[in-house]
Amino acid sequence: MSTAPLDTRPRAQARPQTALWRAVLAIVWKDLASEWRSRELLSSMMVFALAVLFIFNFALELDARTRTEVIGGMLWSTFTFAGTLGLNRSMAAEKDRGALDGLLLAPMDRSAIYLGKVLANWLFMLAMAGLVLPLVSMLYNQNLFRLGLLGVIVLGSLGYVAVGTLLAAMAVQARTRDMLLPILLLPLVLPVLIPAVRASMGFLRDLPWADFASSVHLLVATDIIFLAVGYMLFDAVMAE
Amino acid sequence: MSSHAQAPPMIQVRGLVKRFGLRAVLRGVDLTVHAGEFVALLGPNGAGKTTLLRILATLSRPTRGEVRLAGYRLPGQASQARRYLGLVSHQPLLYGDLSAAQNLRFYARLYGVPDAEARLQTLLRRVGLYARRRDLVRTFSRGMQQRLAIARALLHDPAVLLMDEPYTGLDQDAAARLDDLLQAIAAEGRTVLMASHNLPRVAALASRFVVLTRGRIAASMPRAAISDRDLLDFYRATVMRPAPAS
Repeated sequence: MSTAPLDTRPRAQARPQTALWRAVLAIVWKDLASEWRSRELLSSMMVFALAVLFIFNFALELDARTRTEVIGGMLWSTFTFAGTLGLNRSMAAEKDRGALDGLLLAPMDRSAIYLGKVLANWLFMLAMAGLVLPLVSMLYNQNLFRLGLLGVIVLGSLGYVAVGTLLAAMAVQARTRDMLLPILLLPLVLPVLIPAVRASMGFLRDLPWADFASSVHLLVATDIIFLAVGYMLFDAVMAE
Repeated sequence: MSSHAQAPPMIQVRGLVKRFGLRAVLRGVDLTVHAGEFVALLGPNGAGKTTLLRILATLSRPTRGEVRLAGYRLPGQASQARRYLGLVSHQPLLYGDLSAAQNLRFYARLYGVPDAEARLQTLLRRVGLYARRRDLVRTFSRGMQQRLAIARALLHDPAVLLMDEPYTGLDQDAAARLDDLLQAIAAEGRTVLMASHNLPRVAALASRFVVLTRGRIAASMPRAAISDRDLLDFYRATVMRPAPAS
Protein backbone atom coordinates (compact mmCIF):
# COMPACT_ATOMS: atom_id res chain seq x y z
CA MET A 1 0.00 0.00 0.00
CA SER A 2 1.42 3.38 -0.96
CA THR A 3 2.42 5.86 1.74
CA ALA A 4 1.80 8.84 -0.52
CA PRO A 5 -0.46 11.49 1.01
CA LEU A 6 -4.04 10.39 0.85
CA ASP A 7 -5.30 13.59 -0.66
CA THR A 8 -3.34 16.44 -2.15
CA ARG A 9 -6.32 18.78 -2.52
CA PRO A 10 -6.29 21.91 -0.42
CA ARG A 11 -7.87 21.34 2.97
CA ALA A 12 -11.62 21.65 2.65
CA GLN A 13 -12.89 25.08 3.45
CA ALA A 14 -15.78 25.44 5.80
CA ARG A 15 -18.96 24.13 4.21
CA PRO A 16 -22.39 25.18 5.33
CA GLN A 17 -24.24 22.78 7.59
CA THR A 18 -25.88 19.92 5.71
CA ALA A 19 -29.47 20.83 4.80
CA LEU A 20 -32.00 19.30 7.18
CA TRP A 21 -34.10 17.65 4.50
CA ARG A 22 -31.04 16.13 2.81
CA ALA A 23 -29.88 14.57 6.09
CA VAL A 24 -33.39 13.31 6.90
CA LEU A 25 -33.75 11.61 3.52
CA ALA A 26 -30.27 10.07 3.82
CA ILE A 27 -31.20 8.53 7.18
CA VAL A 28 -34.50 7.21 5.84
CA TRP A 29 -32.74 5.70 2.84
CA LYS A 30 -30.16 4.09 5.11
CA ASP A 31 -32.82 2.51 7.35
CA LEU A 32 -34.82 1.22 4.40
CA ALA A 33 -31.74 -0.18 2.67
CA SER A 34 -30.56 -1.90 5.87
CA GLU A 35 -34.00 -3.37 6.48
CA TRP A 36 -34.23 -4.57 2.87
CA ARG A 37 -31.03 -6.56 3.42
CA SER A 38 -31.69 -7.86 6.92
CA ARG A 39 -35.52 -7.98 7.08
CA GLU A 40 -35.01 -8.13 10.81
CA LEU A 41 -37.20 -5.33 12.09
CA LEU A 42 -40.30 -5.82 9.97
CA SER A 43 -40.31 -9.58 10.34
CA SER A 44 -40.07 -9.40 14.13
CA MET A 45 -42.86 -6.79 14.24
CA MET A 46 -45.05 -8.95 12.00
CA VAL A 47 -44.49 -12.13 13.99
CA PHE A 48 -45.28 -10.31 17.22
CA ALA A 49 -48.38 -8.69 15.71
CA LEU A 50 -49.64 -12.05 14.49
CA ALA A 51 -49.04 -13.59 17.90
CA VAL A 52 -51.02 -10.80 19.59
CA LEU A 53 -53.87 -11.16 17.08
CA PHE A 54 -54.14 -14.91 17.51
CA ILE A 55 -54.03 -14.64 21.28
CA PHE A 56 -56.85 -12.08 21.22
CA ASN A 57 -58.84 -14.21 18.79
CA PHE A 58 -58.58 -17.54 20.56
CA ALA A 59 -58.32 -16.44 24.19
CA LEU A 60 -61.36 -14.16 24.24
CA GLU A 61 -63.94 -16.26 22.25
CA LEU A 62 -66.12 -13.28 21.45
CA ASP A 63 -69.44 -13.43 19.66
CA ALA A 64 -69.79 -11.66 16.32
CA ARG A 65 -71.41 -8.52 17.76
CA THR A 66 -68.82 -8.08 20.52
CA ARG A 67 -66.03 -8.60 18.05
CA THR A 68 -67.30 -5.67 16.04
CA GLU A 69 -67.35 -3.54 19.19
CA VAL A 70 -63.75 -4.27 20.19
CA ILE A 71 -62.03 -4.44 16.82
CA GLY A 72 -60.73 -0.87 17.03
CA GLY A 73 -59.11 -1.41 20.43
CA MET A 74 -57.74 -4.76 19.40
CA LEU A 75 -56.22 -3.31 16.25
CA TRP A 76 -54.47 -0.49 18.12
CA SER A 77 -53.29 -2.85 20.87
CA THR A 78 -51.63 -4.94 18.19
CA PHE A 79 -50.02 -1.88 16.60
CA THR A 80 -48.84 -0.61 20.00
CA PHE A 81 -47.15 -3.81 21.15
CA ALA A 82 -45.57 -4.62 17.80
CA GLY A 83 -44.61 -0.98 17.35
CA THR A 84 -42.76 -0.94 20.69
CA LEU A 85 -40.68 -3.88 19.51
CA GLY A 86 -39.88 -2.07 16.27
CA LEU A 87 -38.92 1.18 18.00
CA ASN A 88 -36.59 -0.59 20.41
CA ARG A 89 -34.86 -2.53 17.64
CA SER A 90 -34.57 0.50 15.39
CA MET A 91 -32.62 2.52 17.96
CA ALA A 92 -30.78 -0.48 19.40
CA ALA A 93 -29.36 -1.24 15.96
CA GLU A 94 -27.73 2.21 15.92
CA LYS A 95 -26.42 2.00 19.46
CA ASP A 96 -25.12 -1.57 19.37
CA ARG A 97 -23.02 -1.03 16.26
CA GLY A 98 -21.76 2.33 17.54
CA ALA A 99 -23.31 3.93 14.49
CA LEU A 100 -25.30 6.36 16.62
CA ASP A 101 -22.02 8.17 17.31
CA GLY A 102 -21.46 8.34 13.56
CA LEU A 103 -24.78 10.13 13.16
CA LEU A 104 -24.08 12.46 16.08
CA LEU A 105 -20.70 13.40 14.57
CA ALA A 106 -22.21 14.74 11.36
CA PRO A 107 -22.18 18.54 10.91
CA MET A 108 -25.94 18.93 10.82
CA ASP A 109 -28.84 19.79 13.08
CA ARG A 110 -29.13 16.67 15.24
CA SER A 111 -32.90 16.92 15.02
CA ALA A 112 -32.44 15.52 11.51
CA ILE A 113 -31.62 12.20 13.17
CA TYR A 114 -34.92 12.36 15.04
CA LEU A 115 -36.95 13.28 11.97
CA GLY A 116 -35.21 10.66 9.82
CA LYS A 117 -35.84 7.91 12.38
CA VAL A 118 -39.47 9.04 12.84
CA LEU A 119 -40.07 8.86 9.11
CA ALA A 120 -38.40 5.47 8.76
CA ASN A 121 -40.21 4.03 11.80
CA TRP A 122 -43.48 5.42 10.46
CA LEU A 123 -42.96 3.65 7.15
CA PHE A 124 -42.21 0.39 8.98
CA MET A 125 -45.38 0.73 11.07
CA LEU A 126 -47.48 1.43 8.00
CA ALA A 127 -45.95 -1.61 6.28
CA MET A 128 -46.83 -3.71 9.31
CA ALA A 129 -50.36 -2.30 9.29
CA GLY A 130 -50.64 -3.12 5.61
CA LEU A 131 -49.86 -6.75 6.38
CA VAL A 132 -52.00 -6.96 9.54
CA LEU A 133 -55.18 -5.39 8.14
CA PRO A 134 -56.03 -8.16 5.63
CA LEU A 135 -55.56 -10.76 8.34
CA VAL A 136 -57.79 -8.91 10.81
CA SER A 137 -60.38 -8.41 8.04
CA MET A 138 -60.45 -12.16 7.50
CA LEU A 139 -60.48 -13.14 11.17
CA TYR A 140 -63.18 -10.67 12.13
CA ASN A 141 -65.14 -10.75 8.87
CA GLN A 142 -64.95 -6.96 8.56
CA ASN A 143 -63.85 -4.82 5.65
CA LEU A 144 -61.11 -2.66 7.19
CA PHE A 145 -59.98 -1.08 3.95
CA ARG A 146 -62.01 2.10 4.37
CA LEU A 147 -60.50 5.44 3.53
CA GLY A 148 -61.37 7.01 6.88
CA LEU A 149 -59.90 4.14 8.88
CA LEU A 150 -56.76 4.12 6.77
CA GLY A 151 -56.41 7.85 7.42
CA VAL A 152 -56.71 7.26 11.17
CA ILE A 153 -54.05 4.55 11.00
CA VAL A 154 -51.72 6.94 9.14
CA LEU A 155 -52.26 9.72 11.70
CA GLY A 156 -52.22 7.47 14.74
CA SER A 157 -49.03 5.66 13.75
CA LEU A 158 -47.35 9.02 13.09
CA GLY A 159 -48.14 10.26 16.60
CA TYR A 160 -47.05 6.93 18.03
CA VAL A 161 -43.63 6.98 16.36
CA ALA A 162 -43.19 10.70 17.08
CA VAL A 163 -43.25 10.11 20.83
CA GLY A 164 -41.86 6.58 20.62
CA THR A 165 -38.72 7.55 18.69
CA LEU A 166 -37.80 10.21 21.25
CA LEU A 167 -38.35 7.82 24.15
CA ALA A 168 -36.48 5.01 22.37
CA ALA A 169 -33.51 7.39 22.00
CA MET A 170 -33.62 8.00 25.76
CA ALA A 171 -34.11 4.35 26.66
CA VAL A 172 -31.38 3.01 24.37
CA GLN A 173 -28.72 4.56 26.62
CA ALA A 174 -29.85 2.41 29.54
CA ARG A 175 -28.98 -1.22 30.18
CA THR A 176 -32.64 -2.07 30.84
CA ARG A 177 -33.85 -0.49 27.61
CA ASP A 178 -36.12 -3.42 26.64
CA MET A 179 -38.08 -2.93 29.85
CA LEU A 180 -37.72 0.84 30.06
CA LEU A 181 -39.23 1.80 26.71
CA PRO A 182 -42.66 0.19 27.24
CA ILE A 183 -42.82 1.65 30.76
CA LEU A 184 -42.11 5.15 29.45
CA LEU A 185 -44.03 4.87 26.20
CA LEU A 186 -47.37 3.33 27.09
CA PRO A 187 -48.59 6.09 29.42
CA LEU A 188 -47.33 8.89 27.16
CA VAL A 189 -48.86 7.44 24.01
CA LEU A 190 -52.40 7.41 25.47
CA PRO A 191 -53.22 10.87 24.00
CA VAL A 192 -52.67 9.23 20.60
CA LEU A 193 -54.23 5.83 21.30
CA ILE A 194 -57.50 6.97 22.85
CA PRO A 195 -58.58 9.27 20.00
CA ALA A 196 -57.21 6.77 17.45
CA VAL A 197 -59.40 3.99 18.84
CA ARG A 198 -62.46 6.27 19.03
CA ALA A 199 -61.94 7.58 15.51
CA SER A 200 -61.36 4.05 14.19
CA MET A 201 -64.63 2.85 15.73
CA GLY A 202 -66.40 5.91 14.36
CA PHE A 203 -65.43 4.97 10.80
CA LEU A 204 -66.02 1.24 11.29
CA ARG A 205 -69.54 1.79 12.67
CA ASP A 206 -70.33 4.47 10.05
CA LEU A 207 -71.21 6.94 12.80
CA PRO A 208 -72.05 10.58 11.92
CA TRP A 209 -68.89 12.65 11.51
CA ALA A 210 -69.91 15.05 14.27
CA ASP A 211 -69.87 12.17 16.78
CA PHE A 212 -66.14 11.52 16.45
CA ALA A 213 -64.69 14.56 14.64
CA SER A 214 -63.18 15.78 17.92
CA SER A 215 -61.16 12.55 18.13
CA VAL A 216 -59.69 13.13 14.69
CA HIS A 217 -58.89 16.75 15.55
CA LEU A 218 -57.25 15.64 18.79
CA LEU A 219 -55.18 13.10 16.89
CA VAL A 220 -53.90 15.76 14.49
CA ALA A 221 -53.09 18.10 17.37
CA THR A 222 -51.19 15.46 19.35
CA ASP A 223 -49.21 14.51 16.25
CA ILE A 224 -48.11 18.11 15.79
CA ILE A 225 -47.29 18.55 19.48
CA PHE A 226 -45.30 15.32 19.77
CA LEU A 227 -43.35 16.04 16.59
CA ALA A 228 -42.52 19.55 17.79
CA VAL A 229 -41.47 18.33 21.24
CA GLY A 230 -39.32 15.57 19.76
CA TYR A 231 -37.69 17.98 17.31
CA MET A 232 -36.82 20.43 20.10
CA LEU A 233 -35.68 17.92 22.72
CA PHE A 234 -33.73 15.34 20.70
CA ASP A 235 -30.37 17.08 20.94
CA ALA A 236 -30.74 17.44 24.70
CA VAL A 237 -31.77 13.77 25.02
CA MET A 238 -28.61 12.71 23.16
CA ALA A 239 -26.29 14.85 25.30
CA GLU A 240 -23.91 12.79 27.43
CA MET B 1 11.15 25.52 19.19
CA SER B 2 9.46 23.04 16.85
CA SER B 3 7.62 24.37 13.83
CA HIS B 4 4.41 22.90 15.22
CA ALA B 5 4.51 25.22 18.23
CA GLN B 6 4.30 28.19 15.86
CA ALA B 7 1.28 26.77 14.07
CA PRO B 8 -2.21 27.81 15.19
CA PRO B 9 -3.73 25.67 17.95
CA MET B 10 -6.34 23.27 16.60
CA ILE B 11 -7.20 21.78 19.99
CA GLN B 12 -7.21 23.86 23.16
CA VAL B 13 -8.28 22.49 26.51
CA ARG B 14 -8.09 24.46 29.77
CA GLY B 15 -9.08 23.15 33.17
CA LEU B 16 -11.28 20.41 31.73
CA VAL B 17 -13.27 18.51 34.31
CA LYS B 18 -15.72 15.72 33.54
CA ARG B 19 -17.80 13.96 36.15
CA PHE B 20 -20.23 11.09 35.77
CA GLY B 21 -22.36 11.53 38.85
CA LEU B 22 -19.92 11.83 41.76
CA ARG B 23 -17.08 10.15 39.89
CA ALA B 24 -14.52 12.51 38.38
CA VAL B 25 -12.96 11.05 35.23
CA LEU B 26 -11.10 14.18 34.10
CA ARG B 27 -9.76 16.39 36.89
CA GLY B 28 -8.45 19.51 35.25
CA VAL B 29 -6.86 18.71 31.89
CA ASP B 30 -4.80 21.33 30.07
CA LEU B 31 -3.79 20.43 26.54
CA THR B 32 -2.89 22.28 23.36
CA VAL B 33 -2.40 20.56 20.02
CA HIS B 34 -1.09 22.71 17.21
CA ALA B 35 -1.95 22.34 13.54
CA GLY B 36 -0.04 19.48 11.93
CA GLU B 37 0.95 17.79 15.18
CA PHE B 38 0.51 14.05 15.61
CA VAL B 39 0.05 13.62 19.35
CA ALA B 40 -0.03 10.21 20.96
CA LEU B 41 -2.25 10.20 24.03
CA LEU B 42 -0.93 7.52 26.35
CA GLY B 43 -2.19 6.28 29.67
CA PRO B 44 -3.46 3.24 31.55
CA ASN B 45 -7.01 1.93 31.34
CA GLY B 46 -9.36 4.27 33.17
CA ALA B 47 -7.10 7.31 32.79
CA GLY B 48 -9.76 9.25 30.89
CA LYS B 49 -8.42 9.01 27.33
CA THR B 50 -11.70 7.96 25.74
CA THR B 51 -13.63 10.53 27.77
CA LEU B 52 -11.29 13.28 26.60
CA LEU B 53 -11.62 12.20 22.97
CA ARG B 54 -15.41 12.00 23.21
CA ILE B 55 -15.57 15.55 24.57
CA LEU B 56 -13.36 16.80 21.74
CA ALA B 57 -15.53 14.88 19.27
CA THR B 58 -18.63 16.71 20.66
CA LEU B 59 -20.14 13.40 21.76
CA SER B 60 -19.93 14.34 25.43
CA ARG B 61 -20.15 17.65 27.29
CA PRO B 62 -17.57 18.89 29.79
CA THR B 63 -18.65 19.43 33.38
CA ARG B 64 -16.31 22.41 33.67
CA GLY B 65 -13.49 24.00 31.72
CA GLU B 66 -12.86 25.47 28.33
CA VAL B 67 -12.58 23.39 25.19
CA ARG B 68 -11.95 24.69 21.69
CA LEU B 69 -11.59 22.76 18.48
CA ALA B 70 -10.50 24.55 15.30
CA GLY B 71 -11.21 27.75 17.21
CA TYR B 72 -14.82 26.83 17.99
CA ARG B 73 -15.91 26.65 21.59
CA LEU B 74 -17.42 23.37 22.74
CA PRO B 75 -20.19 22.52 23.33
CA GLY B 76 -21.77 25.84 22.32
CA GLN B 77 -20.38 25.84 18.77
CA ALA B 78 -20.25 22.07 18.39
CA SER B 79 -22.17 21.91 15.11
CA GLN B 80 -19.64 24.24 13.45
CA ALA B 81 -16.68 22.37 14.96
CA ARG B 82 -17.90 19.03 13.60
CA ARG B 83 -17.10 20.11 10.05
CA TYR B 84 -13.43 20.08 11.00
CA LEU B 85 -13.16 16.81 12.83
CA GLY B 86 -13.15 13.11 12.04
CA LEU B 87 -13.26 10.29 14.58
CA VAL B 88 -11.94 6.75 14.40
CA SER B 89 -13.26 4.94 17.44
CA HIS B 90 -13.14 1.47 19.03
CA GLN B 91 -16.20 0.67 16.97
CA PRO B 92 -16.11 1.35 13.24
CA LEU B 93 -19.41 3.35 13.24
CA LEU B 94 -20.48 1.46 10.13
CA TYR B 95 -23.67 -0.35 9.13
CA GLY B 96 -23.13 -4.06 8.70
CA ASP B 97 -26.11 -4.53 6.38
CA LEU B 98 -24.81 -1.96 3.90
CA SER B 99 -21.89 -2.40 1.54
CA ALA B 100 -18.65 -0.47 1.93
CA ALA B 101 -19.61 1.93 -0.84
CA GLN B 102 -23.13 2.39 0.54
CA ASN B 103 -21.75 3.23 3.97
CA LEU B 104 -19.46 5.89 2.53
CA ARG B 105 -22.20 7.21 0.26
CA PHE B 106 -24.51 7.58 3.25
CA TYR B 107 -21.94 9.48 5.30
CA ALA B 108 -21.03 11.60 2.28
CA ARG B 109 -24.67 12.71 2.10
CA LEU B 110 -24.74 13.50 5.82
CA TYR B 111 -21.57 15.55 5.51
CA GLY B 112 -22.58 17.27 2.29
CA VAL B 113 -19.41 16.12 0.54
CA PRO B 114 -19.19 17.48 -3.02
CA ASP B 115 -18.33 15.01 -5.82
CA ALA B 116 -19.21 12.25 -3.38
CA GLU B 117 -18.88 9.32 -5.81
CA ALA B 118 -15.40 10.32 -6.94
CA ARG B 119 -14.36 11.02 -3.37
CA LEU B 120 -15.51 7.68 -1.97
CA GLN B 121 -13.92 5.74 -4.82
CA THR B 122 -10.62 7.54 -4.25
CA LEU B 123 -10.73 6.71 -0.55
CA LEU B 124 -11.72 3.09 -1.13
CA ARG B 125 -8.70 2.68 -3.39
CA ARG B 126 -6.39 4.32 -0.89
CA VAL B 127 -7.50 2.07 1.97
CA GLY B 128 -7.30 -0.99 -0.28
CA LEU B 129 -11.01 -1.85 -0.26
CA TYR B 130 -12.07 -0.87 -3.78
CA ALA B 131 -12.42 -4.51 -4.86
CA ARG B 132 -14.72 -5.15 -1.89
CA ARG B 133 -16.79 -1.99 -2.29
CA ARG B 134 -20.01 -3.90 -3.03
CA ASP B 135 -19.58 -6.39 -0.18
CA LEU B 136 -21.55 -6.05 3.04
CA VAL B 137 -19.53 -4.64 5.91
CA ARG B 138 -20.58 -7.48 8.19
CA THR B 139 -18.51 -9.81 6.00
CA PHE B 140 -15.38 -7.73 6.59
CA SER B 141 -12.62 -8.65 9.01
CA ARG B 142 -11.86 -6.34 11.92
CA GLY B 143 -8.87 -4.90 10.05
CA MET B 144 -10.93 -4.20 6.94
CA GLN B 145 -13.64 -2.53 9.00
CA GLN B 146 -11.04 -0.32 10.63
CA ARG B 147 -9.64 0.72 7.26
CA LEU B 148 -13.14 1.54 6.05
CA ALA B 149 -13.69 3.48 9.28
CA ILE B 150 -10.67 5.61 8.44
CA ALA B 151 -12.07 6.22 4.97
CA ARG B 152 -15.35 7.26 6.61
CA ALA B 153 -13.52 9.63 8.96
CA LEU B 154 -11.65 11.26 6.06
CA LEU B 155 -14.61 11.64 3.69
CA HIS B 156 -15.18 15.29 4.45
CA ASP B 157 -11.46 16.08 4.54
CA PRO B 158 -11.31 17.06 8.22
CA ALA B 159 -8.50 19.19 9.58
CA VAL B 160 -8.48 17.26 12.88
CA LEU B 161 -8.52 13.49 13.27
CA LEU B 162 -9.26 11.92 16.65
CA MET B 163 -8.39 8.25 17.01
CA ASP B 164 -9.28 6.06 19.98
CA GLU B 165 -7.25 2.84 20.15
CA PRO B 166 -7.35 2.20 16.39
CA TYR B 167 -5.16 -0.91 16.71
CA THR B 168 -7.60 -2.72 19.00
CA GLY B 169 -8.34 -6.22 17.75
CA LEU B 170 -6.01 -6.05 14.75
CA ASP B 171 -3.60 -8.83 13.82
CA GLN B 172 -0.02 -8.02 12.77
CA ASP B 173 -0.81 -7.76 9.08
CA ALA B 174 -3.82 -5.51 9.63
CA ALA B 175 -1.82 -3.39 12.08
CA ALA B 176 0.96 -2.99 9.53
CA ARG B 177 -1.56 -1.86 6.90
CA LEU B 178 -2.95 0.62 9.40
CA ASP B 179 0.58 1.92 10.05
CA ASP B 180 0.92 2.71 6.33
CA LEU B 181 -2.37 4.58 6.31
CA LEU B 182 -1.54 6.57 9.41
CA GLN B 183 1.88 7.49 8.07
CA ALA B 184 0.21 8.86 4.97
CA ILE B 185 -2.25 10.81 7.13
CA ALA B 186 0.60 12.20 9.19
CA ALA B 187 2.48 13.21 6.03
CA GLU B 188 -0.56 15.22 4.88
CA GLY B 189 -0.17 17.57 7.78
CA ARG B 190 -3.49 16.84 9.46
CA THR B 191 -3.73 17.38 13.19
CA VAL B 192 -4.04 14.01 14.87
CA LEU B 193 -4.70 13.08 18.47
CA MET B 194 -4.49 9.34 18.93
CA ALA B 195 -5.08 7.37 22.11
CA SER B 196 -3.23 4.09 22.07
CA HIS B 197 -1.63 1.45 24.26
CA ASN B 198 0.59 0.34 21.41
CA LEU B 199 3.80 2.20 22.29
CA PRO B 200 6.07 0.83 19.54
CA ARG B 201 3.58 1.75 16.83
CA VAL B 202 2.80 5.25 18.07
CA ALA B 203 6.51 5.91 18.56
CA ALA B 204 6.96 5.69 14.80
CA LEU B 205 4.09 8.09 14.11
CA ALA B 206 3.86 10.70 16.83
CA SER B 207 5.59 14.07 17.03
CA ARG B 208 4.70 14.37 20.73
CA PHE B 209 3.65 12.09 23.57
CA VAL B 210 1.16 13.15 26.21
CA VAL B 211 0.56 10.89 29.19
CA LEU B 212 -2.82 11.03 30.92
CA THR B 213 -3.15 9.37 34.31
CA ARG B 214 -5.97 9.56 36.83
CA GLY B 215 -7.70 12.28 34.86
CA ARG B 216 -4.74 14.66 34.57
CA ILE B 217 -1.94 15.28 32.09
CA ALA B 218 1.10 13.86 33.86
CA ALA B 219 3.70 14.53 31.17
CA SER B 220 4.17 15.95 27.69
CA MET B 221 7.31 15.11 25.72
CA PRO B 222 8.35 15.88 22.13
CA ARG B 223 9.22 12.76 20.15
CA ALA B 224 12.64 14.09 19.31
CA ALA B 225 13.52 14.38 22.99
CA ILE B 226 13.27 10.66 23.76
CA SER B 227 14.69 7.53 22.18
CA ASP B 228 12.68 4.39 21.41
CA ARG B 229 14.58 2.57 24.13
CA ASP B 230 13.74 5.11 26.82
CA LEU B 231 10.10 5.57 25.80
CA LEU B 232 8.77 2.59 27.76
CA ASP B 233 10.71 3.58 30.89
CA PHE B 234 9.46 7.15 30.57
CA TYR B 235 5.88 5.93 30.25
CA ARG B 236 6.12 3.55 33.20
CA ALA B 237 7.76 6.13 35.41
CA THR B 238 5.09 8.68 34.57
CA VAL B 239 2.19 6.33 35.16
CA MET B 240 3.55 5.02 38.45
CA ARG B 241 4.30 8.47 39.82
CA PRO B 242 2.11 9.15 42.90
CA ALA B 243 -0.90 11.36 42.32
CA PRO B 244 -0.46 14.94 43.54
CA ALA B 245 -2.36 15.82 46.72
CA SER B 246 -5.56 17.65 45.74
